[in-house]
Amino acid sequence: MFSTSGTRGPRTRSHDEHTRPHARRRALLTAAASASLLAAACSSGSKGTQATPSLTGDCAQYQAYAGHSGTTVTMFASIISPESDSLQKSWAQFTHCTGIKISYEGSNDFESQLGVRVSGGNAPDLAVIPQPGLLAQMVKTHKVVKPPADTVSNENNWAPIWKQYATVNGTFYAAPMSANMKSLVWYSPKAFRTAGYQVPTTWSDLMSLSAKIATSGKGKPWCGGISSGTATGWPATDWLEEVVLGKYGGQVYDDWVSHKAKFSDPQIQDAMKTVQNWMLNPAWVNGGFGGVKTIATTTFQDAGKPILKGDCWMLQQASFYEAQWPTGTQVGPDGDVFAFYLPAAGSTQTPVEGGGEFVTAFSSRPEVQAVQNYLSTPQWAEARIKVARGWVSANEKVDKTLYTDPIDQLSAKYLTDPNSTFRFDASDLMPAAIGSGEEWKAMTAWFAQGWNTTQVAQDIDSAWPSS
Amino acid sequence: MSTPAEVVSPINTGPTGSAVKAVRRSFASPLASVLVILLTVLWTVPTFGLFIASFRPSGASATSGWWTAFAHPQLTLSNYNTVLFHSANFGTSGGIMPFLVNSLAITIPATLFPLSIAAMAAYVLAWVKFRGSDALFFFIFALQVVPLQLALVPLLQLFSGGAHIGTIALIPALNVSGTYVSLWTAHTMFALPLAIYLLHNFIAQIPRDLIEAGLVDGASHFRVFRTIILPLATPALAAFAIFQFLWVWNDLLVGLTFAGGSQAVEPLTVRLSQMVGSFGGRWELLTAGAFIAIIVPLAVFFSLQRYFVRGLLAGSVKG
Repeated sequence: MFSTSGTRGPRTRSHDEHTRPHARRRALLTAAASASLLAAACSSGSKGTQATPSLTGDCAQYQAYAGHSGTTVTMFASIISPESDSLQKSWAQFTHCTGIKISYEGSNDFESQLGVRVSGGNAPDLAVIPQPGLLAQMVKTHKVVKPPADTVSNENNWAPIWKQYATVNGTFYAAPMSANMKSLVWYSPKAFRTAGYQVPTTWSDLMSLSAKIATSGKGKPWCGGISSGTATGWPATDWLEEVVLGKYGGQVYDDWVSHKAKFSDPQIQDAMKTVQNWMLNPAWVNGGFGGVKTIATTTFQDAGKPILKGDCWMLQQASFYEAQWPTGTQVGPDGDVFAFYLPAAGSTQTPVEGGGEFVTAFSSRPEVQAVQNYLSTPQWAEARIKVARGWVSANEKVDKTLYTDPIDQLSAKYLTDPNSTFRFDASDLMPAAIGSGEEWKAMTAWFAQGWNTTQVAQDIDSAWPSS
Repeated sequence: MSTPAEVVSPINTGPTGSAVKAVRRSFASPLASVLVILLTVLWTVPTFGLFIASFRPSGASATSGWWTAFAHPQLTLSNYNTVLFHSANFGTSGGIMPFLVNSLAITIPATLFPLSIAAMAAYVLAWVKFRGSDALFFFIFALQVVPLQLALVPLLQLFSGGAHIGTIALIPALNVSGTYVSLWTAHTMFALPLAIYLLHNFIAQIPRDLIEAGLVDGASHFRVFRTIILPLATPALAAFAIFQFLWVWNDLLVGLTFAGGSQAVEPLTVRLSQMVGSFGGRWELLTAGAFIAIIVPLAVFFSLQRYFVRGLLAGSVKG
């Protein structure tokens, strides 16, 4: 195998496997001088590099990506099973029709492994990067390839802010693939109905409801958990981000991300005080677990479980928390649990905090660009939506009636709302030393060791990298 | 295999002998036995918990501890069925079976290569005197200080792009990233310093007379190595083989880095780490997979364990 593939490397292996038998057969047949048989043997798509075959029937929609049959595109991402299974199913027909195989690898060490592989000269063809900060870091290695024109035009179906997140030094590098929404509060519609509570639509309603529940004596209004292995602390960063965005709007939020507004600045300090009165309020948390300190020791996966028992009423957590409810839990407007939109903590118009993934290319081979183009289309997004729930695209061209899951519908509604103020999760935008380092640590100390807001701010500000 | 008794008996004389006796006596006391049993139980409890959890249905581990399985026994084999044979759950055919084979294909050569190289190197460094042999040994010994993580990126660069000074290629692009070859080479490289050090200390203690007798009779160094050194060094070789086998089998970092995204060569550990799911929800699959992964090293350990204790002492006791 290696002797024949030579310098072309292991990636083209399947290509060789595909063409070599043909070549051998061809030689035999030519010797027998039966030219008609030869034509029949080679009529499959394996000669695609010479003439683009035309795809018919169900495959006709993939015509734009035809002509690369027998090639393999490697893809590396942080999405692992069961979510990655749905992902692979979503492009099964694409692979079947075009003959482009997507060799997918998901790893929960993605963030560190990608850096190692790229600087080691072993970059994947495509990487699905969930942090704009990491994308910028990859661009600095000069290994990232600019997307083809079709991807760029498909990207225009997303809100303009998304393009900004995938742009480094004025160049657009990666089209977003999926989006998730973090500005949600999980609650039990059944319990709310029994107690006669209304879903709050303003921040002051939310606060007065919390106070009402706290005095009712039936559990505590809020529960939370920020423990998450080596990433402990991240849910707490979301709480602060929600408040900063809701209270002071997109401009302050962006300044905060770039450290023009420091953690010790009055506005961020004020936002921290708001969080302090909310998630660090001993009378309000931590329903079903204990005091404020238990927030630091409760895993984010377990945080919402007391809602089902009635020990806790609300949990601020992202749309993907849906997967954490025990099997058999009904999720829906009349079910055991559902989510409402977290109202703005201030005057910002419909603040939506969320995340997403960006398809980044490290190769400009035509088949890689074909996959890149396909993944940026609304057609692919719709194919993915049909496979399984729990996945949302913020592509405005995507047919929203395809979402079957109430949480997906809710997320899609806010993510594609042209009037909403969407901002990416700030900790994913800040330098890694802060966003996935010092901020997590300091926030965990805030909950676990009772640090005050000045201490937390000082600790993070002093750790901010100077360059 | 009567050597242990012969090796141990001369130690019993003299001042060190009485110390050994005292230690042995205190180890034989009932209190020590109770302590040992207690420690063993303590050490086994987590593994046992893992074992029970692997039979519990999906979601059970998230809501209650494994010990509750005794009060409400609700056990299933479906986790093992899923992990071993269910293709749909992992996006590849045949569950973790192909990865089990990959792990064996990585581990066995990655154990044999450093073993054979290190044995020869150890013999030469111990018994063939040449200029700078001590310095060389010291240098190799010192290489143990280099952390593996430090070498990952340069080694990966070497595998995929070769080594260059300016435009001059010192080593051409090897194009072996994402193949078994890169994994074998990486594991062999990382194992050699410790292997040479361990085996050197053992081989250096083989009585000089044996080797000299061989050389006087006209045997070449290779002949001496093959017919005298190798049989006598078996305990040390076996001990190192176990070490290396367990290390490579359990390795995740090297596998993740050098297998480079090709599922055809990824070891079992890489698959295991993905099994728990994006948000850590599939505990039942992880535990079942982990138990399957344990079986092979356990078999290796039990079949070679009689060498293990003797090999551990290699180089530590004169005798």
